Amino acid sequence: MHLLKLAWRNITHEPLTLLLNLILLTLSIGLINFILMMNNQLKNKFEQNLAGVDMVVGAKGSPLQLILSSMYHIDAPTGNISIKEATPFLREGHPLIETSVPLSLGDNHKGYRIIGTDHSILELYKAHIAEGQLWKNLYEVTIGSEIASTLDLKLGSTFKSSHGFHDDEDMQHDHGSLTVVGILQPTGSVIDQLILVSTESVWAVHNHDEHDHSEEGHDHEGHDHEGHDHEGHDHEGHDHEGHDHEGHDHEGHDHEGHDHSGHAHDDEHHGHNHNTDHRNDLSRSHLLTHEEEDITSILVKFKSKKNFQALQMPRNINENTDLQAASPAYEINRLYDMMGIGTKALQLIALLIAAVSAISIFVSLLNSLKKRKYELSLMRVMGGRPSKLLLLILFEGLILALIGFILGMLLSHVGMMSLGGSLQEKYNYQFSAWTTHGKEVVLFCAAIGLGLLASLLPALMAYKMDIHRNLSEG
Amino acid sequence: MQSDCYMLVTSEISHRYSQGQSFSFPDINCNHAQTLLVLGQSGVGKTTLLHILAGILRPNKGSVSIDGHALYSGSSADMDTFRGRYIGLIFQKPHFVQSLTALENIELAARLAGQQPDKRNIKSLLSQLNISEQAHSRTYRMSQGEQQRLSIARALINSPKLILADEPTSALDDKNCHEVVQLLQQQAAAVGAALVIVTHDNRLKDIFTDHVTLN
Repeated sequence: MHLLKLAWRNITHEPLTLLLNLILLTLSIGLINFILMMNNQLKNKFEQNLAGVDMVVGAKGSPLQLILSSMYHIDAPTGNISIKEATPFLREGHPLIETSVPLSLGDNHKGYRIIGTDHSILELYKAHIAEGQLWKNLYEVTIGSEIASTLDLKLGSTFKSSHGFHDDEDMQHDHGSLTVVGILQPTGSVIDQLILVSTESVWAVHNHDEHDHSEEGHDHEGHDHEGHDHEGHDHEGHDHEGHDHEGHDHEGHDHEGHDHSGHAHDDEHHGHNHNTDHRNDLSRSHLLTHEEEDITSILVKFKSKKNFQALQMPRNINENTDLQAASPAYEINRLYDMMGIGTKALQLIALLIAAVSAISIFVSLLNSLKKRKYELSLMRVMGGRPSKLLLLILFEGLILALIGFILGMLLSHVGMMSLGGSLQEKYNYQFSAWTTHGKEVVLFCAAIGLGLLASLLPALMAYKMDIHRNLSEG
Repeated sequence: MQSDCYMLVTSEISHRYSQGQSFSFPDINCNHAQTLLVLGQSGVGKTTLLHILAGILRPNKGSVSIDGHALYSGSSADMDTFRGRYIGLIFQKPHFVQSLTALENIELAARLAGQQPDKRNIKSLLSQLNISEQAHSRTYRMSQGEQQRLSIARALINSPKLILADEPTSALDDKNCHEVVQLLQQQAAAVGAALVIVTHDNRLKDIFTDHVTLN
């Protein structure tokens, strides 16, 4: 024990050397851990948000952009596609497609994206309702858990959407105040930060905004629900909940629209195969009647990921239609590769600093060994065996490595905290500063190894020291 | 004084360095509480002899026995352990562990010899040597005389059987020289140790009667 104390006293005896060694160690370990944390969290985010989606169909443009905008909600969409074009993928009964989810992007509330879609999106992200109910009528929204806590929205809260993807008061829509009717349980995926509404709600807000009266007439066509027609004409959706409710009852649906078993039962009566459809009066088949309206993209999950025809589907779409199909897994791998260059450069820098810090510790121990030749010999004279000197020098290297490791971890977490804040502001992605990635143990061992490596030679030199010569020269 | 219970006995020691220098030394016997002066000019191998007596340098020939133990029977690490327990060493220029205070240096000497340091004991020793006020100073801030007295304390702390001093007074003025020698003798007698002083300092000849001269 007293050797540890003596080692501590020895390294603190030269504060400037100590400072230099610690700065180098802290920087290298901090940087490495930061990269590990960042990679880990990005990877987790990306993987969680893959959500089993095999293909995204949208307007022509950059496939990565399509994936980023439709699955990660961090880029602008490539454009819109018409329902008519989308119908083959949205229609029930496609032999290859298990689930397809229509997305209509374009609005936000305080930077959180408003997504016009139907309830099938919940299955993709395995989301469940925590409070209230799912969106059903026009202007009703169900929000992700993160939005609820960050923006302090509760059931019954109302807000107006803004056009675009960034918080901008000037872009606020004049019409269509949205009402929170439900809050989802946290899932850890991107749905936590989305505001979900019906596709029709997105259209309604936009059609009003554009003051396009002929478009409004569109609402009359093909609608078979009275409640819905009313809503389409009315500027204040709240008053009509009652109407809508009645409309439901006529259709034989359950009241709340999230009673799965009830729906499945009803669906069977209607002769449909998929229980994802007909959850409420804003049904898939109803959606497909709006041939001239636009949506942004479709998330597609195949029945079999290995089916040859399914694998050929993206290529067929890209070659034979005006649509674009992109594979999330492929695009994300491409993104990793692109980021990989930056990450690798950072890793290289971190490793270089680590090497420099090892050399610095080695040189400073060697120097202090020269300076302390006499006092180390004295320790032998006083009864200290050579192994004690060996341990003493090793301890000095190890203590440095340990402190460097602790400071490096602190540095990386504090760095993550400040960077996480700005990332959250920009993308609404939450980066936790205090999560672990499982490689800390490896990093710890590497730090200790570095300390050992740097002090091993000086320690051996102390071990083999000729005390007779040292004392004669003294 | 009986010749068969000498504390220190050497027989026919000679040593040849790899560079070619060689020394042979007269046999030395030293008893409990006896002080022996080993005199000689520079270059006659005084330090070599002292290192051989202290178990620091294994001689080519001859043997050293301390309190009945043959000194060079074990490994050099074993000699370190033996030295810590049986021998106190004082050097011409006192050196200490720089990062420790005076008191901590003495504690370290006790610990390295495998003993639990007794703070009260150390403090009383420091006050007997008149350096108790410096107990918490860094050793390099102390004067030469104080440092030499501190090294006496360090040599004595484990109550050794043999105290070896290498030119302990050569760097000191007359006043400090007398003080240090007197303390050395007193303390050695107090723990019943044999004291061997290797020196060319003529001031000491008048103080001690038992001499061995190297040439």
